[in-house]
Amino acid sequence: MPTTLEIKDLHVSIESKQILKGVNLKVAQGEIHAVMGPNGSGKSTLANTLMGHPKYKVDSGDILVNGESIIGMSPDLRARKGLFLAFQYPLEISGVPLAQFLRSAYRAVKGGEDKANSPAVKGGVGKANSPSPTGVGGEMISALAFKKKLEEKLKEVEMDPAFSKRYLNEGFSGGEKKRAEILQMAILEPAIAIMDETDSGLDIDAIRKVAEVVSSMAGPKMGVLLITHYQRILQYLKPQFVHIMVDGRIFQSGGIELAQLLEEKGYEWIEKEAVPTAS
Amino acid sequence: MATKQVLDIDYTKYNFHDTDENYEYKFPKGLTREVVEQISKIKNEPEWMLQFRLRSYEHYLKRPIPTWGGELTTLNFDDMLYYASPTQKKSRSWDDVPSYIKDTFDKLGIPEAERKFLGGVGAQYESEVVYHSLREDLAKKGVLFTDTDTALKEYPEIFKKHFGTVVPPEDNKFAALNSAVWSGGSFIYIPEGVSVDVPLQAYFRINTQNMGQFERTLIIADKNSRIHYIEGCTAPVYSTDSLHSAVVEIIAKPGAHVRYTTIQNWSNDVYNLVTKRAYAYADATVEWVDGNLGSKLTMKYPSIYLLGPRAKGEILSVAFAGKNQHQDAGGKVVHLAPFTTSRITSKSISKDGGRSTYRGLLHVAKGAKGVKSTVRCDALLMDEYSRTDTYPYNEINEDDATITHEATVGKIGEDQLFYLMSRGLSEQDALSMIVMGFMEPFTKELPMEYAIELNRLIQMEMAGSVG
Repeated sequence: MPTTLEIKDLHVSIESKQILKGVNLKVAQGEIHAVMGPNGSGKSTLANTLMGHPKYKVDSGDILVNGESIIGMSPDLRARKGLFLAFQYPLEISGVPLAQFLRSAYRAVKGGEDKANSPAVKGGVGKANSPSPTGVGGEMISALAFKKKLEEKLKEVEMDPAFSKRYLNEGFSGGEKKRAEILQMAILEPAIAIMDETDSGLDIDAIRKVAEVVSSMAGPKMGVLLITHYQRILQYLKPQFVHIMVDGRIFQSGGIELAQLLEEKGYEWIEKEAVPTAS
Repeated sequence: MATKQVLDIDYTKYNFHDTDENYEYKFPKGLTREVVEQISKIKNEPEWMLQFRLRSYEHYLKRPIPTWGGELTTLNFDDMLYYASPTQKKSRSWDDVPSYIKDTFDKLGIPEAERKFLGGVGAQYESEVVYHSLREDLAKKGVLFTDTDTALKEYPEIFKKHFGTVVPPEDNKFAALNSAVWSGGSFIYIPEGVSVDVPLQAYFRINTQNMGQFERTLIIADKNSRIHYIEGCTAPVYSTDSLHSAVVEIIAKPGAHVRYTTIQNWSNDVYNLVTKRAYAYADATVEWVDGNLGSKLTMKYPSIYLLGPRAKGEILSVAFAGKNQHQDAGGKVVHLAPFTTSRITSKSISKDGGRSTYRGLLHVAKGAKGVKSTVRCDALLMDEYSRTDTYPYNEINEDDATITHEATVGKIGEDQLFYLMSRGLSEQDALSMIVMGFMEPFTKELPMEYAIELNRLIQMEMAGSVG
């Protein structure tokens, strides 16, 4: 059965300021949804809330993965349920090589159990000796197999293999960070990927590449919730569903034609239209 | 939330002890002139050493307890054991070591490490070294590696020429104390041009309560020689205090390269008050790689005197201060010759109300032209109850010295944690990863086995962080 992410009448606030005012949305594995909207409409709040950022408080409503509420679940447990968030501003973690980090994350998400004295853990940094979340059937991966997988994915997203030895995002350019997010997604193979303005700050070639990777993963395997301000990326990544978000609500949903309408008329049109319903 | 998953790392590994009932010697508590004389007598020492000890004892009595640094008024000198020895026998084979002591070092993985990657091993238990070995090929090249007491008897000339020349008893109160009652430690001599490509290691174990351990280490690296020495230290947890007060002297002759690595993980009732100093002559390099975990109070500032042109000094230290711990650590570099260079890197982590202090001295003497030095201190605070301070002292007496100093204090941000956790890492693992990343400039300098062990220790220390 495909994994589904269902958002029901979601109300969210930050420091007592209400940002989301009743969002409804359903994403299934294999579907690509684009959420568009003007600045400040709550798109990034939605992304961070879905992943469980502690700063965002869910006041009411629900978030369900395969019918099970994930409200109150820590981000790592959400990741193990198959969610992934590609960050708008990925953080830098000094001293942790990208490859090592990815292997720890891979084991954490895929549930591969690893003994503390594994010779594969060079330097022992990021040793994920966490028990398998599923209890049984965890996927073990050898250091060698993982290395191969990583090399493959680096090639796929067109990143220099040298990046795997560099510290996580440290000194990466804006574009390199975004690419590294896609690399992480490709390694972790989530059921549902939330992409928070992954296209912003990327040049046209990079956007095309990102869209290509995401499309190939989407197929039947991955659901995508693409949050974007611009419709540029939609030329390459064809969503089946487009949602327009205004003032903390989904104002209108439709197909790709909605994005085209936005392109012609701009967000001002939406904001004017939105006034009567928002009052 | 996720504390369970780190429980399979066994902190109790270090927390065991043997009975001290059958010790050959166990002096009554407290320090007197008789205790000093008695130690010298048991060891059957030459007269000059007895006189050295007594001179040191006199100075120790006169010297006030330092009022700077950590809290020392709680240290009860009268409640300490100044000498205890399970056996006077020094074995060259593990089979000859009393079985309960051998078991101790087995549990700590020493014989295994020796087989795998060390060129020689010393193992000290309480006051005396009980085991010593050196790979045969190194011995054939003229390398000397033995316990310091044996060196005094077997190599009297080279011993007397260097002993106490780098750290004289009058240097500080704890150097005086060590000089009065010293016992054990390592003596190393590397002949001219000999390069020892595998580390030599000594392991120091305090076993009994209220024990004072006062080992004395002397390393002489002759011209153009090369050596890496590692020391490790542990003790079981008692409710009363123990004292570890060592003196380490290094002499790096022209062109020699000496690295001294310390991984100490004392239990939280040990006062660790250590004087470490090195002389580096022309074109020599001395590196202190100093990892301070555990202890109640550590006061330790490895220092390097750059005595000849182009000598190089490097001090890389990390300190982890947990609950009820104060790590007062740092480094001292004294540039006494032209074109000498140095680098001090200090990393500290404070957690659960722990306190870490960086205390450093950089001195450039008149006439030391063209000096270059870099000092960098990074502190990481895990919570708002913990504390970090930096006391850098610079005394620069030449205008053309190039000195850079950088200091940062950081906290682990919510966003960093969220980022790592969004990739499936538990809060525990995410915290450990950030801390281990912070320590990476230190860890990468360690042999792999030690890097893994250090990271494990950090993970254990982090285990209590998540409520």
